[in-house]
Amino acid sequence: MTPRKKRRLWLVGAGFACVAGATALILTFLGDQLVFFLSPSQMLTAPPGPQQAIRVGGLVETGSVYKDADGLTLHFKVTDLKASVPVTFRGLPPTLFREGQGVVAEGRRQPDGTVLATNVLAKHDETYMPREVVEALKASGRWQEGAAMPDARPMTGSTP
Amino acid sequence: MIAELGQFLLVLAFGVAVLQGTVPLVAAMRRHAGGMALAGSAAVLQFLLVAGAFACLVHAYVTSDFSVANVYHNSHSLKPMLYKITGVWGNHEGSLVLWALMLTLFGAAVALFGGALPASFRARALAVQGLIGSGFLAFMLFTSNPFARLDPAPLEGQGLNPLLQDPGLAFHPPFLYLGYVGVSIAFSFAVAALLEGRVEPSWARWVRPWTLAAWSSLTVGITGGSWWAYYELGWGGFWFWDPVENASLMPWLATTALLHSAIVVEKRDTLKSWTILLAILAFSLSLLGTFLVRSGVLTSVHAFANDPARGLFVLCFLAAVSGGALTLFAWRAPRLAPGGLFAPVSREAGLVLNNLLLATLTATVLLGTLYPLGLDAVTGDKISVGPPFFNATVLPLAGILVLALGIGPLLPWKRGDLAGVLARLKFVAVAAALALLVGLWLAGTGPLLSLIAFAAALFMAGGVLSELAQRARLGSLGPAAAWARLRALPRGAWGMTFAHLGLAVTIVGIAAATGFGEERLLQMKPGDRVSLAGYQLTLEGTSRVAGPNYVADRARFLVPGLPAMEPELRRYDAPPMETNEAAIANRPLGDLYVVVGAAAGGTVAVRAYWKPLALWIWGGGLMMALGGLISLSDRRLRIGAPLRRAALPPATVQS
Repeated sequence: MTPRKKRRLWLVGAGFACVAGATALILTFLGDQLVFFLSPSQMLTAPPGPQQAIRVGGLVETGSVYKDADGLTLHFKVTDLKASVPVTFRGLPPTLFREGQGVVAEGRRQPDGTVLATNVLAKHDETYMPREVVEALKASGRWQEGAAMPDARPMTGSTP
Repeated sequence: MIAELGQFLLVLAFGVAVLQGTVPLVAAMRRHAGGMALAGSAAVLQFLLVAGAFACLVHAYVTSDFSVANVYHNSHSLKPMLYKITGVWGNHEGSLVLWALMLTLFGAAVALFGGALPASFRARALAVQGLIGSGFLAFMLFTSNPFARLDPAPLEGQGLNPLLQDPGLAFHPPFLYLGYVGVSIAFSFAVAALLEGRVEPSWARWVRPWTLAAWSSLTVGITGGSWWAYYELGWGGFWFWDPVENASLMPWLATTALLHSAIVVEKRDTLKSWTILLAILAFSLSLLGTFLVRSGVLTSVHAFANDPARGLFVLCFLAAVSGGALTLFAWRAPRLAPGGLFAPVSREAGLVLNNLLLATLTATVLLGTLYPLGLDAVTGDKISVGPPFFNATVLPLAGILVLALGIGPLLPWKRGDLAGVLARLKFVAVAAALALLVGLWLAGTGPLLSLIAFAAALFMAGGVLSELAQRARLGSLGPAAAWARLRALPRGAWGMTFAHLGLAVTIVGIAAATGFGEERLLQMKPGDRVSLAGYQLTLEGTSRVAGPNYVADRARFLVPGLPAMEPELRRYDAPPMETNEAAIANRPLGDLYVVVGAAAGGTVAVRAYWKPLALWIWGGGLMMALGGLISLSDRRLRIGAPLRRAALPPATVQS
C-alpha cells in the first residue's frame, strides 16, 4: 500500500467513525426527544402517553383563566374552538399571555387529562399567531384568511 | 424624493452588479486585461451605490417619513433617535439593505486592498462576488422593496417591536451580517480558485484574513445575540437551540473548520479540495440561515417575513449558488494536485480531526434544525426538536473536540509522537482528573455533566498553556529568556492561544450557569424577603413609572451591599405590548437576575435566579473574537504580504 493510499484509508476510516458516531447519537436521541405539536381536538381523539413531550396550541379560552391562592399557579384552557384542554402552569406567564390570544403550552399530559406545562409560549407580537396554532384553527374550520382574531368564547358542548 | 433616489440607486447597483458578475468572467477566460480591470471599479461603484441607498433609508427613518411603507410599519415619531436608526435593520427589507451593504463593502475591500492578487484570480473572485450581489439586489427589488410608498401617507407609524428597542440590537445584527457576508469572500475565492484550476499555499494566505475577519464578526454577533437574549427576554437563558440561533451557529462551525483547514493548506500544501469544499459549504450555510429566517418556514422571534414568495426566491438562489459551486467543485476538484503526506499522528491529523468533528457537529445541528420541516412535509406531523436532542448529540462531540484541542497544538507537523505529548501533558491531565474527583466529592450527586465540563476545560486550558510554555522553552531557558521568546512570538500564535482559552472560559461559564444555578419563584408583598445564593433580597415596594414611549410597573429590591435592583414590566403603546425588563446585578462569582410579573394589590410574582459565572459565557466569546483579531494583525497576513508574494513569478510561489 502506498503512503498516499494509507493516508486516504486513515482519513476515510476517521470520517466513517465520525459519521457512525453521530448517526448513533442522532438515532438514539431523535426518537424520544421529539416534541409533538397537537391541537386540543387531537388531544381528545388520540391522547398522548404520559411520557410523551407535547405542545398544545390554540387560543386561551375566554373566561377560563384563574390563579391559585399562591398567586403563581395558573390554570387556563387552550381551545381550537372545537375542543379545549385544561392546562396548569406554575411560573410567570409570558407578557403577551391573555384571554383570546394564541398560546402554546409545552409539557406532558396528566392522567386526569390536563396538561402540566413546563413552559408557556405566547409570541412576541400583538398580531402574531404561532403557525401551528393557525393550522390547528384551520383544521377545526374556524379560521378565515385575513379575518380578525376568531372569537375564543366557549361554545356549548365544546368543552369535555 | 429621497426615497425615490434610494430606489434609483438600488436599481443602478443591480445593473453594476450584473456587469461585475459577467464581464470579468469572460475577460478572465480570454485574458483581456481591460475587462478584468472592470471588476475592481465595478465593485467599488456598487458599494458606493448601495451605501447611498442605505443612507436614503436611514434618512427616511430619521425624518420619520411615514409615506415610505417600511418606515410606517417599523417606526414611530416618538421613538428615541437611536432606535429610529437601529430600526432600519430591525425588519426584513431594511436588514436586506444592510446585508447588501456589507456584501458590497467586502467586495470593495477586495478591490481596493487586493491589488496584489493575480489579475485573473481577482477578476474571477470579484465576478462571483458580483453575482451574489446581483442575486440579493434582485431579491430586494422584486420581492421586498424597502422604498415602497404609501398613498395617502399615514400620520403616525406603527412602531418597532419593543424587544428590538435595545442597544443589543444596535450591534448584534450588523456583526452577524458582517460574518455571514464575510464568508462570501472565502466562497468567491474558492470558486475563483476552481475556475483557475489550482490551489496553492498562497491561496490559503489570501483567503485567511478575510475568513478570520468574518469569523471574528460572526463570533461577536452570536455572543451579542446570546447576551441580548439573556438580559432582554427575561427567561434567564442564554441559548435556546432556536432554529434561528442554529442558523447562525452552523456557519460559525463551518467557518471555524475552514480557518483550521486553511492553515494546513498554507503550511503543508495539502487538504486542498476539502478546504475549498468547506468554503463553499460555509457560505451555503450562511445563505441557508438567511432562507430559514426570511422565509417564515420557521416560527421564531426573528422571522420578520412570512411571505412564501420571498422564501422561494431565497431557496432558488441558494440552490443556484451552492448547486453551481458544488457542480464546479465536482468537475474541477479532482484536477487539483494532491499535496504533502502526513502521519496519522501529526499536527495535520489533529486538524483533520478538528475538521471532522466540526463538520459532524454542523451536520447534527443541521439535521435537528431541518428535521421538523422534513417530517411536516412528508407526514404532516408537527414536531419540534428541542434542547434535549441538541444537548444529547452536541455535547459528546464537543467534549471530544475539547479534549483533542488540548493535545492537538502540541503535535508537530508531518509526524508526531502522541506518547511524548501525553507525557508532557501528564501534570495537566492529573490536575484535571483531581479537579473532577474533588468536584465529585464536594458536589456529591450534583451536576455531573458540569463537573466533567470543568475538568475538560481545565485540561484544554492546561494543554494550551503548555503549548505556549513549550514555544517559549520555559523549562530549559528560565523565565527571563522565556519571556523574551514569548514577546517575540508571532501574533498568530497569540491569537490562537487567546481564542482557545476563550473557548475554555465559555465552557466554564456555561457549565457553571447551567449546573450550579439557583432559582426562586414566589409571590412577594412589600417587606417580604427571599434568600438566594447567600444574598438577601427584600422587596421595598412597587411603583408605576413612565418612560419615553412606555409605562412600567417597577419593583424595587434592596440587597445588602448592592445597589437596589429594579426589574420592570413595561407596557409599550406602539405597537401595544408588554415586555419584561430584568434587573441584573453582576457580581464577581455570578449574576443575580430578577424578573417580575404584573403587580396586583401590592403583591407581585417574582422569579429570581442566581447564575454563577454567567459573564464568562460571553467573556469567552469576546476572547475568541479578540484572538481572531490578534491573528489578523499578524505580519504574515498584513495587506502587503500577498503583494510581495504575488510579485514573484508563479513558479516560486511555493514557500
